[in-house]
Amino acid sequence: MTEEKRPILELRGITKRFPGVVANAGVDLALYPGEVLALLGENGAGKSTLMNILIGLYRQDEGEIYLRGEPVEIRSPRDSDALGIGMVHQNFMLVPTMTVAENVILGLQDLSFVPKMDEVVARINEISERYNLQVDPYASIWQLSVGEQQRVEILKLIYRGAEVLILDEPTAVLTPQESEELARVLQVMTSEGKSAIFITHKMDEVLSFSNWVQVLQHGKSIAVKKTAETNAQELARLMVGREVLFRLDKAPATPGDVLLEMRDVHALDDKGLPALRGISLQIRGGEILGIAGVAGNGQRQLSEAVTGLRTVTAGEVLINGQPMTNRSPLEIIQAGVSHIPADRVGVGAVGDMAVSDNLAMKGYRNAPMSRKGILYPPRILEFAKKMIASFQIATPTPKTHIKFLSGGNIQKAILAREIDACAGVLVAVYPSRGLDVGATEAVRKRLLKQRAQGSAVLLISEDLEELLTISDKVAVLFDGEVMGVLPSEEAQIATLGLMMAGSRLSQIV
Amino acid sequence: MQFIFEKRQSVSRQAIILVPIISFLVSLLLGAILLAVSGANPLLTYAAMGKGAFGSWRNISETLVKAIPLMLTGLGVSIAFRMRFWNIGAEGQLTLGGVAAAWAALSLADVLPAWMLLPTVILFGMLAGALWAGVPAALKVLMGVDETLTTLMLNYVAILFSKHLYYGPWRDPEGFGFPGTAPFPEAAWLPRLGHTRAHWGLLFAVVLAIVLWLVLNRTRWGFELRIIGENKRAARYLGINIARNVILALAVSGALSGLAGACEVAGISRRLQQGLSIGYGYTAIIVAWMAQLNPLAVLLVAILMGGLLVGGDQVQMMMGLPAAVGLVLQGMILFPMLAGSLFTEYRLRIIRPEKTPPALVTTEEA
Amino acid sequence: MIALFTSVLAITLRAGTSLIYATVGEIYTERSGILNLGLEGVMLMGAVLSFATAYYTGSAWLGVLVALLVGALLAAIHAFLTVTMRANQVVSGLSITLFGSGLASFLGQRLGPESNGYYLVGKVGPRFTPYVVPFLSDIPVVGALFKQDILTYLLYILIPLAWFYLYKTRNGLNLRAVGENPQTADAMGIDVIRVRYLYTILGGMLVSLGGAHLSLAYTPGWSENITGGRGWIVIALVIFAMWNPARAVLGAILFGGINAVQFRLQAAGTNIPSAFLNMLPYLATIGILIVMTWWETLSKRIGAPAALGTAYMREEK
Repeated sequence: MTEEKRPILELRGITKRFPGVVANAGVDLALYPGEVLALLGENGAGKSTLMNILIGLYRQDEGEIYLRGEPVEIRSPRDSDALGIGMVHQNFMLVPTMTVAENVILGLQDLSFVPKMDEVVARINEISERYNLQVDPYASIWQLSVGEQQRVEILKLIYRGAEVLILDEPTAVLTPQESEELARVLQVMTSEGKSAIFITHKMDEVLSFSNWVQVLQHGKSIAVKKTAETNAQELARLMVGREVLFRLDKAPATPGDVLLEMRDVHALDDKGLPALRGISLQIRGGEILGIAGVAGNGQRQLSEAVTGLRTVTAGEVLINGQPMTNRSPLEIIQAGVSHIPADRVGVGAVGDMAVSDNLAMKGYRNAPMSRKGILYPPRILEFAKKMIASFQIATPTPKTHIKFLSGGNIQKAILAREIDACAGVLVAVYPSRGLDVGATEAVRKRLLKQRAQGSAVLLISEDLEELLTISDKVAVLFDGEVMGVLPSEEAQIATLGLMMAGSRLSQIV
Repeated sequence: MQFIFEKRQSVSRQAIILVPIISFLVSLLLGAILLAVSGANPLLTYAAMGKGAFGSWRNISETLVKAIPLMLTGLGVSIAFRMRFWNIGAEGQLTLGGVAAAWAALSLADVLPAWMLLPTVILFGMLAGALWAGVPAALKVLMGVDETLTTLMLNYVAILFSKHLYYGPWRDPEGFGFPGTAPFPEAAWLPRLGHTRAHWGLLFAVVLAIVLWLVLNRTRWGFELRIIGENKRAARYLGINIARNVILALAVSGALSGLAGACEVAGISRRLQQGLSIGYGYTAIIVAWMAQLNPLAVLLVAILMGGLLVGGDQVQMMMGLPAAVGLVLQGMILFPMLAGSLFTEYRLRIIRPEKTPPALVTTEEA
Repeated sequence: MIALFTSVLAITLRAGTSLIYATVGEIYTERSGILNLGLEGVMLMGAVLSFATAYYTGSAWLGVLVALLVGALLAAIHAFLTVTMRANQVVSGLSITLFGSGLASFLGQRLGPESNGYYLVGKVGPRFTPYVVPFLSDIPVVGALFKQDILTYLLYILIPLAWFYLYKTRNGLNLRAVGENPQTADAMGIDVIRVRYLYTILGGMLVSLGGAHLSLAYTPGWSENITGGRGWIVIALVIFAMWNPARAVLGAILFGGINAVQFRLQAAGTNIPSAFLNMLPYLATIGILIVMTWWETLSKRIGAPAALGTAYMREEK
């Protein structure tokens, strides 16, 4: 590696164990001043754990951290803050009810007892000018868009004197255009000698943002490459540990009747602001419609409006040709709609109940699991064993509380329950988010199987590759509106990117 | 050295049983310290309490007298707490149950045939309790009004209302100014067990505890209630009607406390009078939590708590110590219990910097 | 008429003092994300021990000191159970109340001057009597502010201070962050555990002081259930104040006012049975809760600290 430069930050032999898993196993890492290191790896490869150790949220079981050649102990975020290491977390570390300025100075040690807010604001303005991070210091966080909140995060770190910035999947919530802006901000920062670690699993970003790439797999560092000397194919192979499946066996579509239809649907978000503004979509049986879009553009509300969990303020939802607008969730379930929710632990499963109970949560209403209101536990167990076998759910016993399972296995259990109960329409929201390759593949295959069996599948995903691989058509959602629907064979990433940023298909073509 | 709570791989069954037992012992220990500081001999006091509560058949029957309302209210509180609905209004629900039962016993005696009077009295008590819990439940699920406060405030309202009745319009004109209603007609008396004061309420409690256990574990409704209690968002997503089920469950919860009130007036005092409840509704919270919301365990814990109350009265009579010593011990029981329940899901791991614990998964190079 | 109004206001303030102390205390506790439902027990313990101390030492101020200590101790138990042991905050609070009221009742009997069986009830001890400020107290209406006891006067400083500290200082900022979003606070270098302990204990001290005001000034002496559910009413007042110490005054005055009106009506003799008059504070609490909840839903504004009632732990995966 480069001999003339000395690393500003070095990790040696970092190991971190959680009960039952080794999240990091003897990881070494070096970051040079004025450079960007991309940390690449699948979900669960240990990237976030490693970074959380670096900023003092976790404590390593073994290994040392060196800053400018000196060994340092990082016991808490306060230490990393003082050492000039800062992190932009995936879910932003901001207090929504407070202003930008208040968030920036939160927890600062060298603050006067009664902070002089006008001085704080002046410095914020100065930084936002220099780095092109436009934001109103007096605005409350909850009023800001996701992109603006990210700017606040970066601004906060610079304000607090961070020399090493860690960005955890920063582009997941950005449009392609906003990502480019972020790249420019990074350029200014590195030109001033600051350095950054950039966590991602997107190849193109690695290649355009970074100087070095380090690949983690199952908690171990398996490769460090100069970005200029590698390519996407090689990185993908390293990351997954085998050639990536870019194509699944997908039979040609055999569309049947329209099973799910939305006509000019409007709905509000939790704050009472418009979230869906005139959505019209159709899905036929044997067809997968993918919904693309930057997170927070109405995806959640769309799935909830279909499944009866959110009030539709105007427009119509038709299931199997029957008007089902604003029917109760139960009526919609009984009409044959299954739903894999985005929040699998908070909504999709009941953590403190057995795996078998969780699997029975759709079927318990009918024979053979219950008759005349009386449950038959042997039937429930029988059903659970069947599902555990056919969906390959790894659980110690069917009676284990489901919260003790891994995310992938919880998702498989939800999938098993929902697919078993599905009679026509399947709404899948981020079904493979956070899963390892094996589980992801299993989920995708199941969705394709549902399609082959004639179900209409509404697939909401933030992974464009997933959308293009398995859906027949892709619709792009922006600010609660459909920017356009196009067949996935014809969809190009660039076009989708423009649509995700708010251009209508009709304007582009 | 560093202490860390580490999540267990599954819920520890031993901990579920051991924690309440250890908690009780710890509270005895803490109580002993308190007694010693206040100048009493803890061992003698405990011996006197134990003897007072369980020393003879008569004492045991008195313990049961106190345990019956604790069982019924404890069952009621358990079902509400399972919904994560913090019903601390069992006291008021019990009181209003007693009031309604008294009304039925006194006003319907001439209207109804004798054999129908007692069932009616009990039904009225349960209905009143259900109403008194149903109102906060409806306010909570329909409007989101905090239930801890509404249920508690309704305790004061119910107690003041009952006082108003037996001091005022319902006071027995032949009672020589004693605050209480006229005695109930015999047809409204709840039969007692043998020559003790313990009454049929005990049978109700045992049967209802078994029924409740079966409902929770073997019926569709119970399954839905468990889902609602564990995760409301999941329940809604699964198409379960939360509002209706919570109101129904709370009506059952209130009805159980109302039944306790009806049994007290019809089985013990045989009139509505001062001192209907001695804080049973609050002790019920301890009973429910100690029993970890398990209906069958409620029965056992209620007997233990009833013993503490009777034992407290005994030490007052025999040793001149305040009867409140029973209350203090009861109040203290939950502290170790709350601290200990962490151990059902976590274990304590001690980390020494020089020695690292072995990995649970081997990490050789692949 | 003005004279009547002034005197009602004076009584209101006196009745409201304990409520304000407890409300401000609980606001601070809840702002750190800890719900303490143990107020009733803490107030009772503060009341009985401060009175007993004052009775035996002859110093009401020593009583205040003991009240602060016992409040801190009980709140520390709650903090230990909910912060360190991550116990359910509702149940922990309830058990503080059950324990506190049981122990207060025990002590009220045990601490009596005669050996065995004689009570503290009905004893007369030192107390804080109203100090009438010359001239100022002669002003119509406002004069009511200057016919109070020393603990009430202290409030005139405490309330603006509590408001300023919460909204204008570094520590207040950190405190609010912990209650709103402990993950963020932790990542920003704030010691969440320490903050939660600190303000739960501070809150407990103020609540206990509220109890002491009852037995040392408002209704001097000890009687069982001297608080009459004030500890619970305070929980509602915190919601009414929308977790803002300055607004705590309004709620306390409202309830103090209800108390005052109740007294007046009872003294004047009305046809309304006293039981129903006595129900007023409790019914009013329910009414306030309904109105506040309805208003919050309507305005989509939730004043409660977002993390209220939830335990925080860092290393969970």
